[in-house]
Amino acid sequence: MSLGFTLVYLCLLVVIPLIALFTKASSLTLQQFIAAAWTERVRAAYFVTFSSSLIAAIADTILGLMLAWVLVRYDFPFKRLFDSLVDLPFALPTAVAGLVYSSLYAHNGWMGQFLLPLGIKLAYSQSAIILVLTFIGLPFVVRTVQPVLESLDADVEEAAACLGASRWQTFTRVLLPSLYPALITGFALTFARAIGEYGSVVFVSSNVPGKTQIAPFLIIQRLEEFKYAEATAVAIVLLIASFAMLIVINALERRTQAANSAAN
Amino acid sequence: MHSIPKHMPTSTVVSASRGRSAQEDPWWVRWTLISLSVLVLSVLVILPIANVFYHAFSNGVAAYWNNLTGDRETLHAIQLTLFVVPIAVCANVIFGVAAAWAITRFRFPGRTILTTMIDLPFAISPVVAGLMFVLLFGAKGYFGPWLQQHNIQILNAWPAIALVTTFVTLPFVARELIPVMEAIGSEEEIAAISLGANGWQMFWRVTIPNIKWGLLYGVILCNARAMGEFGAVYVVCGRVIGKTETMPIRVNTLFEGGTSETYSSSFAVASLLTMLSLVTLFIKIALEHKTQADLKEAAQTHQTE
Repeated sequence: MSLGFTLVYLCLLVVIPLIALFTKASSLTLQQFIAAAWTERVRAAYFVTFSSSLIAAIADTILGLMLAWVLVRYDFPFKRLFDSLVDLPFALPTAVAGLVYSSLYAHNGWMGQFLLPLGIKLAYSQSAIILVLTFIGLPFVVRTVQPVLESLDADVEEAAACLGASRWQTFTRVLLPSLYPALITGFALTFARAIGEYGSVVFVSSNVPGKTQIAPFLIIQRLEEFKYAEATAVAIVLLIASFAMLIVINALERRTQAANSAAN
Repeated sequence: MHSIPKHMPTSTVVSASRGRSAQEDPWWVRWTLISLSVLVLSVLVILPIANVFYHAFSNGVAAYWNNLTGDRETLHAIQLTLFVVPIAVCANVIFGVAAAWAITRFRFPGRTILTTMIDLPFAISPVVAGLMFVLLFGAKGYFGPWLQQHNIQILNAWPAIALVTTFVTLPFVARELIPVMEAIGSEEEIAAISLGANGWQMFWRVTIPNIKWGLLYGVILCNARAMGEFGAVYVVCGRVIGKTETMPIRVNTLFEGGTSETYSSSFAVASLLTMLSLVTLFIKIALEHKTQADLKEAAQTHQTE
């Protein structure tokens, strides 16, 4: 009975809507699809979406590795507080994130009044989108790397030290390789989340085609013009990109699990 | 810990390795990294929270209260959120328990496909999620004409908002429960049945008490996300002021309002959502200890068996 209910629920909420999306897309000919999903303006929006997401995901990977390292290895005052603050971007509604970031980096904002005279423009520019996406994705890498770092045995590092490796060599040659799967999973999760993000970006973007106009915005614009098929074409491109990410993540998780069970 | 010789107590190994500092970094590395981390979290996380409350209360508490309660449209947005979110959370709790039960208690072909399907809403952009429901229920959508004939309004009304919110938050409860139920195993449930309990008694007296902290954890995360959902709701709600706006949508409308009054009202609504997320974090930390203790206990009973 529970299985039946689960299947019916998933069918109604996930499968039928997805079928509707693909049916709509398949009602277009290839030429129409390209005309809707691959014009200059749409390509520019993909470029803004994907390049901003990529830079934000790279930034989050570096920051996440550092935060995970510091939170696992070092002791400092209020460590527990900082540890739990990492999760805030998950709990904070994206609209609030967008609103507050647009206020912080505006010309009279807390950060903007110092940064703008230095020529750093972090409001209504692509940098603003990257910044807010970095905020949204901050917890992913930290939370994937942290447990792996905690589970590493001390003796590996001791062995490396005994064999004459410097601390840096131990880190890059011994520790980092065992963190790669977790880092890539975290990166992929951040990237996938950033591609689809809309709520926070709409507050900090000036919506200039080719500069700050993102692909999800185009979907909404087409919908407001009642051009359902055109909106669907753009959506399909985004969907395929995020499904590809999901497949990568699943494959990695399976490999890590296999490696773990082999080690035990 | 296969590498530690059996005759050696674990505690001495641990303390020896700490003392010898094979895992310790030079002090300047430590301090640079700690300062950088604190700086990053302060600028990215603490500063924004402070900023929300600063702007919300910048004209005093009275103005803040007036911003929230003096505006009929804002009050309606709060009511709509408080009406729609429980629907989505309840639906996903029932689904989450059923799905976790099916996946952990039965072996059947396609179990991995089922778990992937549960994760799908995480991989779909909220805007695309909203679009899918527009394609189904919109005026030019697949069921649109039929719905119009029967005078049923789904799009641009609360049913669509409830539907997309349920979709976006679908994985939360199930994902929390699957590992918990997997770890606890079914021995106690089988024992209950063999002692003469019926299925319903077993479920309420054995299963639910076992999974209650994990369940609550899932509910908390699901609730936070449901209250804050923007993109998907934005697409389907039609944004009729005072009718179909939820709290996050109201924040956006007020932000676009352009005057300094609407600007501070927008921060007032945002401050409510921020408080919600802070409360969520606190409950989450408290529950994390409980669920981890549960999992450890389950692991220990398994080992002693």
